[in-house]
Amino acid sequence: MYEIKIIANTINGDNMTKEKYEKVSSHHKAKIPKLKNALIAFISGGFIGLLGEGIIELLCLNFHLSRSTSGTIMIVIIIFVASLSTALGFFDKLVTKLKCGLLIPITGFAHSMTSAALDYKNEGPIYGIGANIFKLAGSVILYGIISAWLFAMIRYLLGGVI
Amino acid sequence: MTFTYNNVYVQDTATVAGPYEKQGPLKKYYDKTLKDLYYNEKSFEKAEIKMVKESLSLLRKKTGLNRKEIDIILGGDLLNQITATTYGAINSSKCFLGLYGACSTIVEAMILGSVLIDSKKVRNAIATTSSHNTAAEKQFRNPTEYGAPKPDTATFTATGSASILLTNEQTDIKVESSTIGQIIDLGQNDSNNMGQVMAPAAIDTIKRHLKDLNRSPDYYDLIVTGDLGKYGKEIVKEYMLKEYNLDLSKNYNDCGVMLYDLEKQKECLAGGSGPVCSALVSFGYIYHEMKKKNLKKVLIVATGALFSPTMIYQKENIYSIANAISLEVV
Repeated sequence: MYEIKIIANTINGDNMTKEKYEKVSSHHKAKIPKLKNALIAFISGGFIGLLGEGIIELLCLNFHLSRSTSGTIMIVIIIFVASLSTALGFFDKLVTKLKCGLLIPITGFAHSMTSAALDYKNEGPIYGIGANIFKLAGSVILYGIISAWLFAMIRYLLGGVI
Repeated sequence: MTFTYNNVYVQDTATVAGPYEKQGPLKKYYDKTLKDLYYNEKSFEKAEIKMVKESLSLLRKKTGLNRKEIDIILGGDLLNQITATTYGAINSSKCFLGLYGACSTIVEAMILGSVLIDSKKVRNAIATTSSHNTAAEKQFRNPTEYGAPKPDTATFTATGSASILLTNEQTDIKVESSTIGQIIDLGQNDSNNMGQVMAPAAIDTIKRHLKDLNRSPDYYDLIVTGDLGKYGKEIVKEYMLKEYNLDLSKNYNDCGVMLYDLEKQKECLAGGSGPVCSALVSFGYIYHEMKKKNLKKVLIVATGALFSPTMIYQKENIYSIANAISLEVV
């Protein structure tokens, strides 16, 4: 490994060092309202959850479906609505307002795939959409599978039923 | 490294600005504005290519020169393989050189053009650049429709294309001198705060330009940096005053801050960025004000973050550079 000493302008001997620079630049930072953002995300994310639960209840009561079937149909509906609003171009505007409350639930997963697909549609179905649709969602799928396997193993070793 | 020039003049400029820039305060200075980001094309990249073609053809129309009378085009943009410039500049001049200096490209092109004219190798040269908000977003960040929340320090890539024709025939405005910057690494790696990444390069180049020519900041009516945004701008002012005792409070501004109405256009966050940001302000506002002699001596310091998403993921810093060019009314 080589060591980088962070000094700019060594040729001219001015010694603009990282420390000196960051002392000045620390006076000019944007304030990120973390608490407010977290609260907005908590409420908007919670609202999506509430909406999902509402759909399940509605399906169970009106169509006499089992809870697990209703759950599957609910996910399909939510994914469809999220993808449609990405395609119509207002999901990204909602994300800027409602923060990660929309990105963490399944709506965010659908949005990440649809937005990538839209971006690469001009490069064709194979090299464009096919190759890039999992650009963001790929990590979620990979680590989702790994962690599912890991927790299933732990549960199995502890004597539980898979 | 600072050069002075004797016989390099600005003949004319041409600017094509995007829909967000159209809502900004400099609207009346642009030659052409777009209604939307697609510009009647199928993709953002093709729209950017069309803007480059449009700005070059506008420049030909304004100067009355045909393709064979233009000796060389120098230019570049942000897309991989500087696609927009190469596809846009085809069949537009006798020869072509593609350049990359990220957002500092336009001044890099003007410096090389001036050197070629000053050394009597060519009679005229076009410097051109472009950028496109969503094309850049797609290449450097997330998909364009993703819209992940960004902090207030992030900058907003400007959409447009701008070109300038430099010539050896005398006009009202001359290219007086230029300073080529060096690559700076001050350990910065926040791609959502490019102002902080690029400010050291701007500080370094401005300081060396003034020192090499033995000038004070007051010599200029206006000193502009390329695309530092509102936070980077303040860093430059404070650092220059504190460390070098150079007061920039009266005549210094940043093109990224000037390009948009940051109070109303909240989506632009800290301000504009991209190669065309400094070019639109310089060839639109500054050029026209110099024509009217409201501004007489201007130093344009285009700042560029030599940003590679690959190197960021490999935990390297973002390097930056700034090139300066001084224009004076004759």
